[in-house]
Amino acid sequence: MKRLHDIRPGESARLAQLGGERSFQRRLMELGLLPGTRVRLVRRAGVGDLVELEVRGGHISLRRSEVSELLFERER
Amino acid sequence: MNPVRAAPAANASRLPVVAIAGNPNTGKTTLFNRMTGSDQKVGNYPGVTVERHSGKLKLGSGRTVELVDVPGTYSLSARSREEEIAIQAVAGLTPFEPPDLVVLVVDATQLSRNLYMVLQVLELGVPIVVALNMTDMLAGRGEEIDVAHLSRELGLPVVPVSALHGTGFDELVREIDRVIAKPDSAQPGARWSPDSSALLADINAVAACIPQPWKRGSTDRERALSLWALLSIEDHDELVGVPTDLRRVVTERRKLATDAGRQIDLEVIRGRYGWIDARIDAFLKRKGPVARSLTESIDAVLLNPVFGFAIFLTLMGLVFQSLFSWADPAMKLVESLFDGLATLVRGTLPPGLFQQFLTDGVIAGVGSIVVFLPQILLLFLFIGVLEDSGYMARVAFLMDRIMRALGLHGRAFVPMLSGYACAVPAILATRTMERQRDRTLTMMVIPLMTCSARLPVYTLIIGALFPAALVFGFMPTQGLLMVGMYLFSTLMALAAAAVLSRTMFKGKRVPLILEMPPYRFPHWPSVLRMMLQRSKAFLVTAGSVILLISIILWALLTFPRDAHLADKIAAAQARVVAQHLPLDQEAEQVADIVGGMRGEALRSTYGGRLGHLIEPVIKPLGFDWKIGVGLVGAFAAREVFVSTMGVVYGVGDKVDEKSTTLRAKIRAEEREDGKPVYTPLVGLSLMIFFALACQCMSTLAAVYRETKSWRWPVFLFAYMTALAWVASFIVYQGGRALGFA
Repeated sequence: MKRLHDIRPGESARLAQLGGERSFQRRLMELGLLPGTRVRLVRRAGVGDLVELEVRGGHISLRRSEVSELLFERER
Repeated sequence: MNPVRAAPAANASRLPVVAIAGNPNTGKTTLFNRMTGSDQKVGNYPGVTVERHSGKLKLGSGRTVELVDVPGTYSLSARSREEEIAIQAVAGLTPFEPPDLVVLVVDATQLSRNLYMVLQVLELGVPIVVALNMTDMLAGRGEEIDVAHLSRELGLPVVPVSALHGTGFDELVREIDRVIAKPDSAQPGARWSPDSSALLADINAVAACIPQPWKRGSTDRERALSLWALLSIEDHDELVGVPTDLRRVVTERRKLATDAGRQIDLEVIRGRYGWIDARIDAFLKRKGPVARSLTESIDAVLLNPVFGFAIFLTLMGLVFQSLFSWADPAMKLVESLFDGLATLVRGTLPPGLFQQFLTDGVIAGVGSIVVFLPQILLLFLFIGVLEDSGYMARVAFLMDRIMRALGLHGRAFVPMLSGYACAVPAILATRTMERQRDRTLTMMVIPLMTCSARLPVYTLIIGALFPAALVFGFMPTQGLLMVGMYLFSTLMALAAAAVLSRTMFKGKRVPLILEMPPYRFPHWPSVLRMMLQRSKAFLVTAGSVILLISIILWALLTFPRDAHLADKIAAAQARVVAQHLPLDQEAEQVADIVGGMRGEALRSTYGGRLGHLIEPVIKPLGFDWKIGVGLVGAFAAREVFVSTMGVVYGVGDKVDEKSTTLRAKIRAEEREDGKPVYTPLVGLSLMIFFALACQCMSTLAAVYRETKSWRWPVFLFAYMTALAWVASFIVYQGGRALGFA
């Protein structure tokens, strides 16, 4: 199990478990970020704590501090 | 009331409603603009500040339908008021009726995420036509969509279009026509149905509490709305109009599920995505390896911590520069046009009250509205390009950390920066943020930025009261003071944001989910249309308030009037002429006498008396009643302070901030005890007051226009005036205590 900050830019991983408050989790799932979904870390902001993820062909940016509870597993 | 359609009375003849819905960044609005052309209406949804864009479309069959551009949303569960409106409009929840047809705009490059919403809307039993947008981008990605297969599996007409290039529209309109005539030809209904008995039990329990009007006699809708309720209702949601028993039963069922170790949200969302995932490879054919997208390569530069920021600051500098200086010639032109008009009226109408009312009240008032147009048009041109190209999301990305520390949204940066030019367009620009809380907070802070209208006031005061000396032998005092005022106002604005966001605007912190759309070329007609719509909205709503206040201010500074003033001035002039002085002396004496009489007249008006009335309040700041009259006049706009002071001191209202006569008068003004009224300390106190006070009716009118309530303009005026008073008090009294005059 890894957290987002263990993943390097360019690396992919599979989401194992969501975290955070309900409406946030729900929205992430609606955007296709479900347990088992493959995620690619596109970049980390040099300034600030944003991370850009590629999920199902779309790109979303999240705050690292707000997704610290998300757990990932190595891409098989 | 039924906001989506015409009033119930007109129901018999009302037009069928076609809602254009979809995820944000799918080209939904461009598509809407293409279909309606210039025939658009912009209104507001009742009770909220969400704009409702609608337009008419004539179909091939001769039928006319009303198209409504619904705010973009990722799903049917809301995270903001805008999203809730979208959901109510698509689902037909109170106070909305279901649309006759929903055109779902789907981004072909993000098919699975977009299909999620299609599945949700299908469940509601509303006829749907899918507009598959951006298919032209697929080829570049080595992908292709099997449209026929997609259409078959969804049971819906699917029309490939390009909103940007305008292809596929004839076919789309034909399909709309066909489905409106025969709603059954699109087969709405659930594609994914819950199969676990536990979830079905939840649905059945909740279904009993779904209000009858929502169901419209359909068990499909009943089930869909039960699912919606189970997913959307929670303790601190902001949903409006949910019956209490529905809320109660949802809370109960969710608690039962949690106790049993189930996650309802996950079950439902996974179920829908399961349906999509099982078919996506058949819908979307990959013809080659996935290339790293152009957008990612561009972002490698534009989001780079060094180059990205440099480019960002350059772009922002360009925006700022254009507002500050490029708009200037156009504004001067507007001013001279209205001056010319006033002169024309003065030449045509007989002198008197009516002529004054027209020139100083109405024409000056309308002029002070129209003068904002160049800046508003320019700013919205930039914002339109920033939004449409996808760069605005990058602004939010780059600025997130700094702005979040202040409690502001990353997107608040552009409006805040524009505030240095003028608060009015800046306030209108807050629309770039989705949440009402972010918008209102930004509006409360923008007017603290040093706008260009404060410059004439600072120039007058600095020029009159601070000698042109050098500090440390090379820095000019006057320039330093000006820079100091900018710094001061910026720090105050940031501090106000930090304080307000932690007090009045304290709320649940919403974690950021920022979509990074691919870069695209802006669709110019859409950008231009938004520019014009925003400007028109300002002229109508804020303009009427500004005109009203201008007329009131004119009346305050005119009445009660000395009806014989003109005769007296003429008589005085005649007396001077009778002395047969040399011409230049004669002119000087006449100017003195006329100026004195005008000043006298102004002081005896209600506005003049108001200056006296507020003197006890402003005295501790070092201001006398004459400054008070100036402050009353400056409520129209800060720069009016200069001309009002011109009249008060008998120099005439045609002065500007560089007038040496006015500066000399100010320096020479004495109190009863013979000490000068204006010391550098008073000047500083006055500048601090102007930096912080909301001396601008147009700003207040713009806030009213954007919040649709008087609550926020009143709060803005009250807190800024209080802040200004306290700060000036500290400066003046503190300065005196330290031994400055």
